Amino acid sequence: MVTDRPDRPMAIEVDGLVKDYGGFRAVHDVSFSVAAGEFFGILGPNGAGKTTTLEIVEGIREPDEGAVRLLGEPVWPRNPRLLSRIGVQLQASAFFERLTCREQLQTFGGLYGVDQRRADDMLELVGLTEKADVREDQLSGGQRQRLSIACALVHDPEVVFLDEPTAALDPQARRNLWDLLRRIQEGGTTVVYTTHYMDEAEILCDRVAIMDAGRILSLDTPAALIRGLSAATRVALPREVLDTGAAHRLPGVETVVDTDGDVVLSTREPARLVAALAERNALDGVSVRTATLEDVFLTLTGREYRA
Amino acid sequence: MSATDVTTRSTPGTRPAGPRPSTSGQLRSLSRAMLRSFFRDRTSLLFAFLFPLMFLVVFGLVFRGDGAGTTPLAVVGEGPVVTALPDDVVESVAFEDAQEAVAAVEAGDVAGAVIEQGGEVTLYFAASDQVQAGTVQQVVSSVINEANLAATGQPPAITLTTQQVESERFGPIQFLAPGILSWGVATSAAFGAALTLVAWRNRQVLRRLRLSPAPAWTIVAARVGVSLLVALLQAVVFIAVAMLPVFGLELAGQWWLALPILLCGTCSFLGVGLLVGAIAKTEEAASALANFIVLPMAFLSGVFFDLSAAPSWMQSVSRVLPLGWMNDGITDVLVRGEGVAAVWLPCLVLLAFALVVGAAATRLFRWES
Ligand SMILES: Nc1ncnc2c1ncn2[C@@H]1O[C@H](COP(=O)(O)OP(=O)(O)O)[C@@H](O)[C@H]1O
Ligand SMILES: [Mg+2]
Repeated sequence: MVTDRPDRPMAIEVDGLVKDYGGFRAVHDVSFSVAAGEFFGILGPNGAGKTTTLEIVEGIREPDEGAVRLLGEPVWPRNPRLLSRIGVQLQASAFFERLTCREQLQTFGGLYGVDQRRADDMLELVGLTEKADVREDQLSGGQRQRLSIACALVHDPEVVFLDEPTAALDPQARRNLWDLLRRIQEGGTTVVYTTHYMDEAEILCDRVAIMDAGRILSLDTPAALIRGLSAATRVALPREVLDTGAAHRLPGVETVVDTDGDVVLSTREPARLVAALAERNALDGVSVRTATLEDVFLTLTGREYRA
Repeated sequence: MSATDVTTRSTPGTRPAGPRPSTSGQLRSLSRAMLRSFFRDRTSLLFAFLFPLMFLVVFGLVFRGDGAGTTPLAVVGEGPVVTALPDDVVESVAFEDAQEAVAAVEAGDVAGAVIEQGGEVTLYFAASDQVQAGTVQQVVSSVINEANLAATGQPPAITLTTQQVESERFGPIQFLAPGILSWGVATSAAFGAALTLVAWRNRQVLRRLRLSPAPAWTIVAARVGVSLLVALLQAVVFIAVAMLPVFGLELAGQWWLALPILLCGTCSFLGVGLLVGAIAKTEEAASALANFIVLPMAFLSGVFFDLSAAPSWMQSVSRVLPLGWMNDGITDVLVRGEGVAAVWLPCLVLLAFALVVGAAATRLFRWES
């Protein structure tokens, strides 16, 4: 685990970022660091400020306050030497119009001084060899994302930034992409990526920063984040069985959230709580779930997580 | 997917320095991408190559016939006036009787009819075409005056010799071709630059390039190179077709002096395109705006029509517009046979214009939408 290896050099150090759009604060005092070789995730709902943060770290957006060191160098103002060492996939994929997959890769490769033959290696890496001569606009969503990732990796960067690479993909395509992302990390590349999928972040990331409304609410390994809730367990009951007032008075209950049809209780003493419910004969329709990152979000914000 | 190794490398962070990007490689890469998307875009190809040729056909046919400056004139009867009609100005068409000749005038087949019987000459003309009516009246009355003078046996007090300034082979194609070529190259350069800029901005390509080591100027330089290349191709195709016997364009000896003017003109309109691309938010808006600038400029610059008959304000306007300079400059060296002296001023004006619009484009430029 990365946090257990303090000797590793830091690939990214972010300190006190603030970004305002007009009067609106999109990023609010964000600090974190990413170790070399780490798979780092920024997780949060839409509008949380993930893209803005990522773009400041990449050096394409100027922060109002704070500073970023990427591979030991400042990212702002634009630093071309640094740019050869990082790879970027923007949230909306950036392709040249009317070029085939191979030509896209050759074009990007040319910008980095990479051999043209590398395009075919990259197509193989992302499983698009058969699509080499197909134009970008004829690809499926998943294929586009993979091509876009290939374009970000064509020059073998030390750090790669991927902004929601798995958004809007069907489950199968998402899973294919997970394999690819893992292999990129196994090749030694530091991966920083954003997602609004909790389950995915839990599976892929060495460490996750949970972001909401421009702030990092919590940052740790997925396991530690969940453990940090002292394994808070979610117990959901139909509202007819128990109203929120009564729920608060149950033993071991920490938070009570009224969702669509259910009252959701979180507790660190699930046995006591379930026993109390059984005593009241209130176990009908009850579901018990151990904590996930979604519970971490719920606990941190008091809101149900909605991507 | 096989577990292809991404690379073979040592520990992260201590990677050996990768390949160094070279500016020439970046320029080549960007130019190739631009050229490919240009040659795969039917609309762009249509504008660059087919439209100018269509204009050549249409205008070439419209202006054919009055090329040598002859006006068709029906002639009935014999006499000194009919014999003396100058055949470099009027083309005499003999008719049997007066009625038929007048009918031909009414039908618009001829500009007028001259009926000479004994010492009497009658001229019929159609008022619908003022210019032709004027020509016919002038020609016939001057012939009659000369005949009258000759009849007195006196030598003429003043003799007038008229000579057309441009040589006789200067058919309308000689002036149409440079105009249409200028327009075609200008349109293509403006569209190409504007559409690249807007498409790349909206597709996030500009921001992505910002995150590559390629400096911003390589994008503009690649566009300049591609536009110049396309302009040369346009000129080659267009002039080759215009020189076919059907159109009959004849080049002056130092025709190649037109190249620097063509290229400087391309820069001017590439600048216009960059300005349009900096302002427009969508590709549609960019097309509309580019057309809105170049098309009126084409008419005001006398690209399709000779402006010598146009109001004087229009002529002064044409002298300020870059398309006017391009058109005049190219005409001078391509067909009028003027030398190097006629090249540098248009080039200078066109480059200055390119700098001005280029500076404006730089000020208004945005990387993202
Ligand atoms: N260029 C911009 N101008 C104004 N507001 C912006 C701009 N970009 C993002 N925002 C706002 O900032 C907030 C954070 O956006 P973003 O960083 O894109 O979030 P995320 O990537 O997590 O969805 C959102 O409320 C968004 O509307
Ligand atoms: Mg985003």
